[in-house]
Amino acid sequence: MRWVNRHVRPGNRILLGAIPILLLVLLYLVMAAGRHAANPSDKILPLPGAMAEGMAALLFVPDQLSGQLIFWADTVASLQRLGLGLGISTLSALFVGLLLGVLPPVRATFGPLVTGIAVIPPIALLPVLFIAFGLGEMAKVALIVIGIAPFMVRDVAAYVADLPREQMIKAQTLGASSWQLMLRVALPQAMPRLIQALRLSLGPAWVFLISAEAIASDIGLGYRIFLVRRYLSMDIILPYVGWIALLAILMDMALTWSSRKAFPWAHGATH
Amino acid sequence: MSALLSLRNVWVEYGDKIVLERVDLDIEAGSFVSIIGPSGAGKSSLLRIILGQEVPTSGTILLDDIPLTPECGPDRGVVFQRYSVFPHLSALGNVVFGLECEQAPFTARLFGAKRRGAIAQATEMLKAVGLGDSLNLYPAQMSGGMQQRLAIAQALIKRPRILLLDEPFGALDPGIRADMHALITQLWRDYSLTIIMVTHDIREAFALGTRVLTLDKRRRDPHAPHRFGATAVYDLPLTKKFKAEAEAEESITLDRVGNN
Repeated sequence: MRWVNRHVRPGNRILLGAIPILLLVLLYLVMAAGRHAANPSDKILPLPGAMAEGMAALLFVPDQLSGQLIFWADTVASLQRLGLGLGISTLSALFVGLLLGVLPPVRATFGPLVTGIAVIPPIALLPVLFIAFGLGEMAKVALIVIGIAPFMVRDVAAYVADLPREQMIKAQTLGASSWQLMLRVALPQAMPRLIQALRLSLGPAWVFLISAEAIASDIGLGYRIFLVRRYLSMDIILPYVGWIALLAILMDMALTWSSRKAFPWAHGATH
Repeated sequence: MSALLSLRNVWVEYGDKIVLERVDLDIEAGSFVSIIGPSGAGKSSLLRIILGQEVPTSGTILLDDIPLTPECGPDRGVVFQRYSVFPHLSALGNVVFGLECEQAPFTARLFGAKRRGAIAQATEMLKAVGLGDSLNLYPAQMSGGMQQRLAIAQALIKRPRILLLDEPFGALDPGIRADMHALITQLWRDYSLTIIMVTHDIREAFALGTRVLTLDKRRRDPHAPHRFGATAVYDLPLTKKFKAEAEAEESITLDRVGNN
C-alpha cells in the first residue's frame, strides 16, 4: 500500500503524536542526568525536581516585595496585554477589512496606507511607541496591535474582495443596499476567515508581547524569563516556556472549536 | 410601444475591442428569449448590460420606456451558472433574504409577525421549485441541481419584471437538466415571467424559448478582428412551439391506445 493512502486511526494518532514528544523528553532527561553526574550543581539542564522546586516558590509563595504569587501575577499581566492587543486587532480587522473589501472607493483611498503600515517591521516602531506612550501598558498593547492588525486587515479585505462577484450581483438584484450587503453577505462570510487570521496571528502576537515585556516591564511572563536569565535559572525559564506553549495551544484550540461551532457551513459537510 | 424591454443602438466596447455593435431589440412581456452564439460573441456582455452590471458604451436600454439606471436592482432577477446562492444561509434564509432587504433597510432582519409572513412566503416559493423538504439545508449540502432550484426561488421571490439566466443549466448532468427544463417552463407559465436565457446548448435554446436570438459578427476584418462587434444575426420567433407541444402530447396518447 502506498504511504499516501495509509490513514491513521484516531486512537493510534494520539499514540504516534506522543512518540516524538516523549523521545525529546527522554533525550533531555538523559542529557541532564549525564551533566548532573559530572557536576551536581549544574544549572544549564536542570532535573525535573529542581524545576518543580524553583517553580513552587513562584507558584505558592507570595513575593516578599509585592505580596503577589509571582507566576500567576505574570500570567494575568501577560494575558491581559495579549487579550487587549488581540481584541483590538480583531475588531479593527473586521471593521476596516470589511470596508476595504466591499467599498472600492475606501479601498482606493486607504489600501496603500494599510499596505504601507504592514510592511514596516513592528519592532522598529517599538522605540516610537515607548516615546509616544511611555513605558506603561499602552505601548505593549500598541506593539501587538501594530504587529498583527495590518496583516489581519489585509487578509480579511482580500478575502471579502475575492468573494464571487456573482454573489454581490445577486444580492443587489434581491434589493440589497451597500449596508445590507456588508451586513448580511460580507460580514458572516468574513467571520470564519477572521478567526483563521487570528489563529495565524497568535504566534506573532506572542513574539511582540515577549519582546515588549523583555525590554521594558516589571511584570509578565516575558519579563520573568529575561529577568531570571541573569541568574542562569533554567529551572524557571523552561517551565515558563512550556506554560506559554500550553497557553498558545489552548487559545488555538478554542478558536478552532468556536469557528466550527458558530460557522458550521464554512467547515465542509459536518453540519 | 408594447415592448417590456427595448435596446436602442447599443454598443459595448472594451478599449478598442468592440464586443456588441448596433444592437436593437424589443422584448415583449411574457416571452422566453434564448440567446445563443459562438464563444466570445458577447452573449454574456448583453446579459450584463441588461442586468445593469455593466454600462453600454453608447445606446439606451429602456425598461417600460424608462431608461435603466446603470446598477443592478430588484426589477431584474438573475441566476448564474454558479455562485448565485449564499453559502452561509440555509435554503430558507437564502430566499427570505430578498424580503428582509426590502422590509428592514437598517437591520436587514425581520422579527415577529413580519418574519413569520416572510418565512411562509419563502416556504411556498421553495415548494414551487421542489425544495419543500430541504428548507434547512445549506447550499454545500445540496446537489448542483438543487442549488440552481434554490437560486431560481431566490430570484422569483422578488417578482422581477425580467428573469435573466446565464447558462443556468450548463453545469448540470443531462437527466437533471431535463428536470430543470420542465421546472423553468412550468414556472414561466405559472408566474407569467419574462425570461432571457443565455445558453451554449442549441437544443435547449429551441426547446425552451419562444424566440431564439443568435449573436454573431456580421462583418469580419481578418487583420483586425476585434474592430467589428457582434449583433443579433438571427431572430427567430417560435410561434409553432405550442402547437408542436400539443401534437406531442396527442401522439403519446395515441401511443398508449396502441399499446393497449
